[in-house]
Amino acid sequence: MDNILQFAWMIPVLPFLAFALIGLLLHRWPKLAAASSIGAIGISLVLSILVAIRVFSGDPGQVFEMSRRWLEMPGLKVDMGILIDPLTVVMLMVVTTVALLVQIYSLGYMDKDPGLASYFSYQSVFAGSMLGLVAANNFGQIFVFWELVGMCSYLLIGFWFGKPSARDAAIKAFITNRIGDFGFLLGILFLMILFGTLNYGELASKIAGHQNLTALLPIAVLLFFGPMGKSAQFPLHVWLPDAMEGPTPVSALIHAATMVAAGVYLIARAFFIFSQVPQAMLLIAGVGGFTALFAASIALVQNDIKRILAYSTLSQLGYMVMAMGVGAMTAGMFHLMTHAFFKSLLFLAAGSVIHALHEEQDIWRMGGLSQKMPFTTWTFVIGALALAGIPPLAGFWSKDEILLGAYAGGFTGLYILGSLVAFMTAFYMFRLIFTAFFGPNTGGHHAHESSPVMTVPLVILAGFSIGAGFVGSPLMGNAFGHFINAPGSAHHQANFIIMTVSSLLAIAGIFLAWLIYQKQAIKAEELKQRWSVAYNILYHKYYIDEFYAWIRKVLVDAAAALMEWVDLKIVNGTVNSLAYLTGFWGRSLRYTVNGQVQTYALWVVLGVALLLITALWTVFTVLV
Amino acid sequence: MNFPILSATLLAPILGALLITALPRKQEQLIRYAAAVSTLASLVLSFIIFLTYDRALSGMQFSESIPWVKDLGVSYALGVDGISIPLLLLTNLIGFSAVYASWHTEERVKEFFVLLLLLISGVMGTFLATDLFIFFLFYEVVVIPIYLLVIIFGSSKRVTKEYAGMKLTIYLLIGSAFLLVGLIALFIKGQALLGFPTMDIATLSRADFPLTFQIFVYSLMAFGFGTLLSMFPFHAWSPDGYAGAPTAVSMIHAGVLKKIGGYGLIRIGLFLLPAGARYVAPLIAVLALGNVVYAGLICMTQKDLKYIVGYSSVSHMGYVLLGIASVNLISINGAVMMMFAHGVMAALFFAMIGNLYHQSHTRNVFDFGGLAHQMPRLAVGFMLAGLASLGLPGTVNFIGEFTIFVGAFRQYQVLTILAISGIVITAVYILRTLGGILFGPRRPEWDHLKDLQGVDLIPLLILGGAILIVGILPFTVMDLIDSGVGQLISQISPGQIGGIF
Amino acid sequence: MIGLNHYLFLATLLFGIGIYGVFAKRNAVAILMSIEIMLNAVNINFVAINRFIQPADTVGQLFAIFVIVVAAAEVSVGLALIISIYRQRKSVNLDDFNLMKW
Repeated sequence: MDNILQFAWMIPVLPFLAFALIGLLLHRWPKLAAASSIGAIGISLVLSILVAIRVFSGDPGQVFEMSRRWLEMPGLKVDMGILIDPLTVVMLMVVTTVALLVQIYSLGYMDKDPGLASYFSYQSVFAGSMLGLVAANNFGQIFVFWELVGMCSYLLIGFWFGKPSARDAAIKAFITNRIGDFGFLLGILFLMILFGTLNYGELASKIAGHQNLTALLPIAVLLFFGPMGKSAQFPLHVWLPDAMEGPTPVSALIHAATMVAAGVYLIARAFFIFSQVPQAMLLIAGVGGFTALFAASIALVQNDIKRILAYSTLSQLGYMVMAMGVGAMTAGMFHLMTHAFFKSLLFLAAGSVIHALHEEQDIWRMGGLSQKMPFTTWTFVIGALALAGIPPLAGFWSKDEILLGAYAGGFTGLYILGSLVAFMTAFYMFRLIFTAFFGPNTGGHHAHESSPVMTVPLVILAGFSIGAGFVGSPLMGNAFGHFINAPGSAHHQANFIIMTVSSLLAIAGIFLAWLIYQKQAIKAEELKQRWSVAYNILYHKYYIDEFYAWIRKVLVDAAAALMEWVDLKIVNGTVNSLAYLTGFWGRSLRYTVNGQVQTYALWVVLGVALLLITALWTVFTVLV
Repeated sequence: MNFPILSATLLAPILGALLITALPRKQEQLIRYAAAVSTLASLVLSFIIFLTYDRALSGMQFSESIPWVKDLGVSYALGVDGISIPLLLLTNLIGFSAVYASWHTEERVKEFFVLLLLLISGVMGTFLATDLFIFFLFYEVVVIPIYLLVIIFGSSKRVTKEYAGMKLTIYLLIGSAFLLVGLIALFIKGQALLGFPTMDIATLSRADFPLTFQIFVYSLMAFGFGTLLSMFPFHAWSPDGYAGAPTAVSMIHAGVLKKIGGYGLIRIGLFLLPAGARYVAPLIAVLALGNVVYAGLICMTQKDLKYIVGYSSVSHMGYVLLGIASVNLISINGAVMMMFAHGVMAALFFAMIGNLYHQSHTRNVFDFGGLAHQMPRLAVGFMLAGLASLGLPGTVNFIGEFTIFVGAFRQYQVLTILAISGIVITAVYILRTLGGILFGPRRPEWDHLKDLQGVDLIPLLILGGAILIVGILPFTVMDLIDSGVGQLISQISPGQIGGIF
Repeated sequence: MIGLNHYLFLATLLFGIGIYGVFAKRNAVAILMSIEIMLNAVNINFVAINRFIQPADTVGQLFAIFVIVVAAAEVSVGLALIISIYRQRKSVNLDDFNLMKW
């Protein structure tokens, strides 16, 4: 078992093999395709567990690395390799676990879909790319897989490509991510030029020995563009809510648990760069905190169950990014892990509801689901409690770590902001629960509990949502934080007051939601009327989509139209006028060609005479 | 070195063409098979060259040389190195696919395949020649079949096929006229400096041309080859020409013929005139940016699929030019890789468009929608070409773009940053196009379209396979290119870029 | 005494008559005849110059015979062309022969 690390490279490779197998052979047999995909990710999970055990039992701080040359020439080297350290192990575990559960769940959710085989092939590519991303040992490789997970996201958002909305959402997701990747790529190029390598370890030692760190500021800011796109931070957040057009298991896996967290993972991975640049850290903290508050406020008034969860994801990603920014890297990673479990649980449970209600997503047309779908309801409630940060569920511990990091790091403003977001989170989640699960059956639906293939993953994830937090809790001596540990990352002693305050805020949020939506002591409609301006701004997501559409129309499309005009009228115009001029001379001079041989002969004779006279004149002048 | 493998590769399509002229006109199926077999022979031979080329040794290999015109120092000299092998392979990959992409040609089958095979041979010859005269000869050989193929077998949409063919040909001829002046100047100056007449590129490189002469000749070449490579603002032939041309010609033209420009700039321009190349480089880099951004923006407004791919190929050539203008090992490696990458990608795109157009008789994006319902395999081809076009990792285009960016970034920071913004522009127009034709609700008027099957699949398999295999395992080709470019760079004198501004 | 100048004058005269005929005549046969006159003017020049300048040589006379042969061939081709055009156009008038017009 000692050399299990030698086989760690198979973890990302296996799903790719499954993809190749499905693409080349099994695409006609959906069941076999699903089996090979699930089998591959299952083996990856087992390998990940073995690797995790190996790393846990080994020396802390030891790093296993192996790589193969991929693209190499003098001055440029990009390897494909794996880097196994505690950070990677955590991500491998999270990704393989959630991916496996989501794929099993998909068997039930997608059972009647004609594109099942391609669905599973995309899932396999995604799993492979995501694992390749987290196992990467250099920035070149991470960029490759970074883009590949973006492609999978594009393909899966647009999976039901017959719907124009799904098509547009897929395009929007890809392009928004491309804008982020533009900056990310520039950052990588700067690194390449400055340090001559992209390998994490080599970069870390070179940066440690580097005296002049001013050049790191643009690099850090540019690198942060990547997470801004992938983890949907303001102002590149617009794609994530629209991405809910994809099948719900996809939303759970890609747009809640794993891919969107890749940005956070990148910041953690490149923490040795970011932590050197306080200004960049401040920017990260600010963007993260703002996104957290901004998205939570939008989530307060949305009506689509998946959109509420999407804005909640945005908000939580903002939380994680903020944690990175205030230097609490381990807290951010901890929250990433717990969030992956409870948010995928929430999405899958929501998917179970949507499946039962035949694609109904409006929470006001649900209601009364708690009797008809007990498993779904109670797992959803567990997820929501974890998200809201009710002790002792997973979200409580990780959220508390972040708030602690912000407070102890001296970012009091961000601490207050984070607490406010915690309150809002509890409120909008229980607004959803009281309306959709416990309210009256307004839609007149006949829901029934989903099949075990869907509910079993829910129960497993609920277990994680309850228990996963303990690994990082002070009760277990903050094991998670010590395990991950990276230079530059801060650790703080648990603060009982912060715990109490955040728990009380969460309970207050739940209570307020109960008052409005269950007890109806305060009328939601009246609030809506009274605060109609604020309500409209929130409901329309601060009009940012409209603003971007305007930019696209006024700036991009107009520039394109202008360029086309230039090309047609000026560039082509020049060419065509040259051609016309040539033709014009031809047409003008052709009248000298009248078809009469005698005229031609006359011209010839006149010409000869002219030459003769000139010649004679020359001879004459020379002689005389 | 007994078997003249390069000549065999070069002559296989010509033999095929001769065979076809001897076949009766009615035997259309036989004619197609003859074309397929002769291009397959070339493909297999060039693949053997690719595999057996000694990378450790590098340099010109499989060389052949037969003196032709002694007084002018012209000889029929062929040879391949790391720069020409990928392009030779590309030519044959595309040539072979092009035969299948035009399998359903109905009119004048005999003439069509004869001209097509001549075209393929001509393009191959330019990549194989190590003698300036032979290079130019093959370059001119290419022009005639192109013209005939476009005006006889082309299609008229926004512009007539006659206009397109004429524009294409005249641009090529103007470019080649400038080139000819440059080549003659090189020859005369080389004779004066070396003391004996020679057209051999390697021998000429030993002459130490004075700077002003280098600038003058390189400028001529930059114009001549630049026109061929559709350098802004001399690109106007490219979209119209591709739109007018039949599928196979668009594939070959966008795929490889254009690359003769880039190949010539590296193999002749940079190799013989390094100082001139460095002097003019900043101007080329600026024009390259024009290609990338300007043509990229125009793509967004186009409605005709062939125009979109036509302008996008102009846009992608900007990256190649940027790589060439940066004059360093990495950037030129990237430029050669990008030429290969763009070749397979554009050819696949045109093959798919050709198939669709053949059945539907329209190429307007807005006429289509939801074709992935009826034609899933065609959709795979379009997606693959599209994703390659926007430089997704896992496709060979990413390798080319990334390498060029790394190389160019050392030289021109601001220009490169602006050029990298091209990846966003490309994503916008490619995704809009793909979304427009493939996705969306099913449209019953296209229910009669047949998906790719049988021979239609061959272009997808060959070109798509090349895109993915080289994209996933880039070292297979990149090591080869690096060996060629590395040797070229080591042989030219070092110097500083700039001077023109 | 008749000298070289007389011959040259006669030749110039004949050549002038020939040129005039070629430009002014509309009948194709007449033009052919005018061309013959011009050729003969040249022949006179050849022979006369040979006789008066280099009597020992016979190059000029040889050339004159050569020209006569060529002229004969030319007339036969020319007449054949005129006949074939006549068959098509029913005319030997040059104004009708403008097929080469733009």
